Amino acid sequence: MADMKVNLCGIELDNPVIPSSGTFGYGYEFAELYDINMLGTFSFKGTTRDPRFGNPTPRIAECTSGLINAVGLQNPGVDAVISDELPKLEKVFHKPVIANVSGFSVDDYVYSCEKLDKCPQVGWLEVNVSCPNVHGGGMSFGTMPESAAEVTRAVKAVTTKPVFIKLTPNVTDIVSIAKACEEAGADGISLINTMLGMRIDLKTRKPVVANTMGGFSGPAVFPVAVRMVYQVSNAVKIPVMGIGGVSSAENVIEMMLAGATAVQVGAANLVNPYVCRDIVNDLPKVMEKYNIASLKDIIGGLR
Amino acid sequence: MMKQVFFEIIENSPLRADVMRLRLRGDCSAIERAGQFVNIKVEGQFLRRPLSVCDVDVDVLTVCYQIKGHGTEKLAAMQSGTLDLLTGLGNGFDKSLAGDRPLLIGGGMGFTPMYILAKELISMGKKPTVILGFNTKSEVIYEHEFKALGADVTVCTADGSYGEKGFVTDVMEGLDYSHFYTCGPEAMFKAICDLSKTSGQCSFEARMGCGFGACMGCSCETLYGTKRICKDGPVLMKEEIIWPT
Repeated sequence: MADMKVNLCGIELDNPVIPSSGTFGYGYEFAELYDINMLGTFSFKGTTRDPRFGNPTPRIAECTSGLINAVGLQNPGVDAVISDELPKLEKVFHKPVIANVSGFSVDDYVYSCEKLDKCPQVGWLEVNVSCPNVHGGGMSFGTMPESAAEVTRAVKAVTTKPVFIKLTPNVTDIVSIAKACEEAGADGISLINTMLGMRIDLKTRKPVVANTMGGFSGPAVFPVAVRMVYQVSNAVKIPVMGIGGVSSAENVIEMMLAGATAVQVGAANLVNPYVCRDIVNDLPKVMEKYNIASLKDIIGGLR
Repeated sequence: MMKQVFFEIIENSPLRADVMRLRLRGDCSAIERAGQFVNIKVEGQFLRRPLSVCDVDVDVLTVCYQIKGHGTEKLAAMQSGTLDLLTGLGNGFDKSLAGDRPLLIGGGMGFTPMYILAKELISMGKKPTVILGFNTKSEVIYEHEFKALGADVTVCTADGSYGEKGFVTDVMEGLDYSHFYTCGPEAMFKAICDLSKTSGQCSFEARMGCGFGACMGCSCETLYGTKRICKDGPVLMKEEIIWPT
């Protein structure tokens, strides 16, 4: 019997497969398609202090083996998430969920995390530090160890649940940023967020997305994600959630060998809404093929 | 509700140089209303291609599409085989508002969902009037298919090379109707909504990510709140549309 269980900061997951934030809404849309309780858990749509419409459209550009999105954190705001979205989710999902939080100032993060920390459905907080810091010249919090650590410390001071910091790959030295978050008290690291990308329409000679640039994700970024998960998991003692281009059970195992304790699936959900169900179903036979009895034994098991 | 279905290609042939009619055999049970769409996986493309349903006949699905880019070029080259579709997407038209004499207006490729809508309205005993607008004679397609349904059809071309000369609104101006339905360019929607004396419904096109409401790629603001064209649309009521300024 294949043992797919992993432990993520004291909470046992039935399996390490986790739909990532922004590709799974608040879960209940996918619950119409299959029983989402078969998932390890999922990370809900990036939530901010205030409601956001997001960026102008078009927001999506097709790429080779992936897509660019410039959605711009469209969400109803943390209060509506707690009053409207979580009760809808509660009816269809009976496991702890990952609350993904974004902000444009340290105060924003503190405000949203403090509120979500009090929700019994929330098992972990995942803090997206890829957003621009409006009080810091617009640079993303996640591009410098000091600002990433500042957000981490501030969120840890107002929360009791495990806090994962979700890092942007658009940096010179991912390891120094991950270590700064660990030292500031982070319970785990999620990586990678999308890579900054751009496409141009040859007919109009304009960028395809209205925002000019956007986040590139999909199978094309998988090797970059594996590399960064490997680098970070070797440098920190806290667990790492591997994200980036995962679309098969084999990819999950590769990510875990690189050092991931759990694995998120993002862009693939948008093309095949059943992909996470299929990955969970495929894992036992792929484990058998590679002589893996227990997934937790292969975490960081690169030879 | 959305359903993933693998369809067999039974026809993929040109209606004109740049427009194809694709007929597929498979389970159409998730397609419940005119105005819904399907999202087709094309080999070698990452994102699916959302295409409006033109007709459903038991287990045969028809979509018509313009060859516009890499995805539709590859799709047009497929003469046989199996296609992976997400079916039953979008809200579709609300036929309960049609009244006895609904007006259906297709601009260019916008004829597509008007065909299945006309068919469904006629089967309900309604008497739809159809206006099909094109730029010029060489673009005119599907006129005979609409006439074969028994609909009252007027074709117009902007340059007057076929049918009535002018825009769909020029034809619309003299008509009596109980409600309107339209699909085509957004500038045409604006002109129709400004001219119309009744309520109506417009089926929008958008650059989508997923096509089923997960990615927020095709959101728009309406007077009834933020909507996803793929999930809460593609059909919006005239009264809720916020026009670009």
